Amino acid sequence: MYEIRIHSRGGQGGVTAARMMASAAVKDGKFATACPFYGAERRGAPIVSFVRIDDAPVRIYSQINKPEMIVILDPTVMDTVNVLDGLKEGGSIFINTHDDVDFPAGFKVYKADLTGIALREKLVVAGSPIVNTPVIGALAKLGLFTRESGVKAITETFADPRNTAAAKAAFEEVIV
Amino acid sequence: MSELIMSTGNKAVAAAVKMAKPLVVAAYPITPQTEIIESIADYVEAGDLKARYIPVESEHSAMTACIGASITGVRVFTATSSHGLLYMHEMLHWAAGARLPIVMGQVNRTLAPGWNIWAEHTDALSQRDTGWLQVYVSTVQEAYDATLMAFRIAEDNRVLLPVMINMDGFLLSHIMQPFEMTEPGDFIPPLDLPHKIDVNDPKGYGAMSPANVHYQFRFDMEKSMRASRTVINETEAEFAKRFGRSYAPVEEYFCDDADVIIVAMGTLGKEAEVAADLLRKEGIKAGVMRIRWLRPFPLDMNIKGKDLVVIDRDCSFGFGGVVAGEIQARYPDAKIASVIAGLGGQEVTYEDMAEFVRSRKMGTEFWFGIPQEEQ
Repeated sequence: MYEIRIHSRGGQGGVTAARMMASAAVKDGKFATACPFYGAERRGAPIVSFVRIDDAPVRIYSQINKPEMIVILDPTVMDTVNVLDGLKEGGSIFINTHDDVDFPAGFKVYKADLTGIALREKLVVAGSPIVNTPVIGALAKLGLFTRESGVKAITETFADPRNTAAAKAAFEEVIV
Repeated sequence: MSELIMSTGNKAVAAAVKMAKPLVVAAYPITPQTEIIESIADYVEAGDLKARYIPVESEHSAMTACIGASITGVRVFTATSSHGLLYMHEMLHWAAGARLPIVMGQVNRTLAPGWNIWAEHTDALSQRDTGWLQVYVSTVQEAYDATLMAFRIAEDNRVLLPVMINMDGFLLSHIMQPFEMTEPGDFIPPLDLPHKIDVNDPKGYGAMSPANVHYQFRFDMEKSMRASRTVINETEAEFAKRFGRSYAPVEEYFCDDADVIIVAMGTLGKEAEVAADLLRKEGIKAGVMRIRWLRPFPLDMNIKGKDLVVIDRDCSFGFGGVVAGEIQARYPDAKIASVIAGLGGQEVTYEDMAEFVRSRKMGTEFWFGIPQEEQ
């Protein structure tokens, strides 16, 4: 079982990212579930969503307290949220940023400037750069699911080709 | 196998309803159920479901509209949750008493005050005496499958009672899991309601039933509820034969050689399997019984000589856990440790459930999260 917690802000598409991640894993022949934190979501508020990926059907419904990986779609949530809470020793962190970020030793840290990619690809809705499709490309690079399944998960959700273009750019930007 | 679709529990119920093709859907929105009726409204709007969608001003009206439509002999669906279900209460009795095979998606949510939108079974359990069949599901696939089967069971002329499909709020209504959107084909036969309104054969409805006949109507309901056990078994067997997914009124997990069995409903009953795996690694022979059909109540649970740890996501104040109490009533020799856990969405993990088993005190009631000295 591989457990992932996604940190984002309400309206940023974190829950949809979770669904696309689980969907991509299922297309690879794995079992997966995705769920939001069961709260009253508000636009702009820090929210978390969860993904579980396994080789057998996932029978756990309680929240993820000790994730193997955290995904930070908006680094500003770190001002108020301890995103590392419960992250397993040796676990992975993926963060959307163009800056250098300091995390305590003992974790694998990966980054890509998803916001910059979205702006370059003109993937902007209502003034907000869309980061939840480029992140699928970044996570495919990290081996969470295959690139092909990631693309399928995106295209069945969003028809606009800018989404897959941004995912491709993110795939190329992440250094593994 | 057809392609797996990622879907919430809510959307899976709506997809099953589309397949079952009801002619009338009357409903009122309430969290966490709203996605069911929104999805159905979308189907109707898009022409994918040729049904009359009646947006009403309350749940009482929703059930009343369903009753009015159902008596004309057409297939009817509605959905609700929590306070919405309780607002229907009077009409729930009416629907069952009028022998109308209405199917309802019911998302289990706690009751206020204080305001809380999370999972609990007290809403549906408080309606257990209304004459509705009640099934509790634990996965998105099961929500879809149970909804398809509900129409066939309700409309079977040996039953002709309404069916409520119960699904844990958020935990299942909003989780996304892969599921197969099986085409039911002719699995659900056309509805033939023997007492439908027919202008060419006028009859009286809703007449007085005096004391010398009323009990006969009620015994007829009880007889049909008893007969529904056979119909459920037949329907689940036929479903397994056609579509390859099998269900039983009580799902058992490693119960044969078990010394201790966790009994639970809904998502807790599924996650309890992980607790049993954990306990077996520690050398404790644990199993799980997940009660799916609470009405009709299962009378053939194989629990002789085993410790039962019954987890109730509900409470009947001044009595205790409803499921624990019902098991004790029907199985007087049952050895039960009752646990009240998960009220109002209280987090209960498989590790917590394993600990309920390890620290069980038979014959007692334990409220999860409450200090021992206050129990």
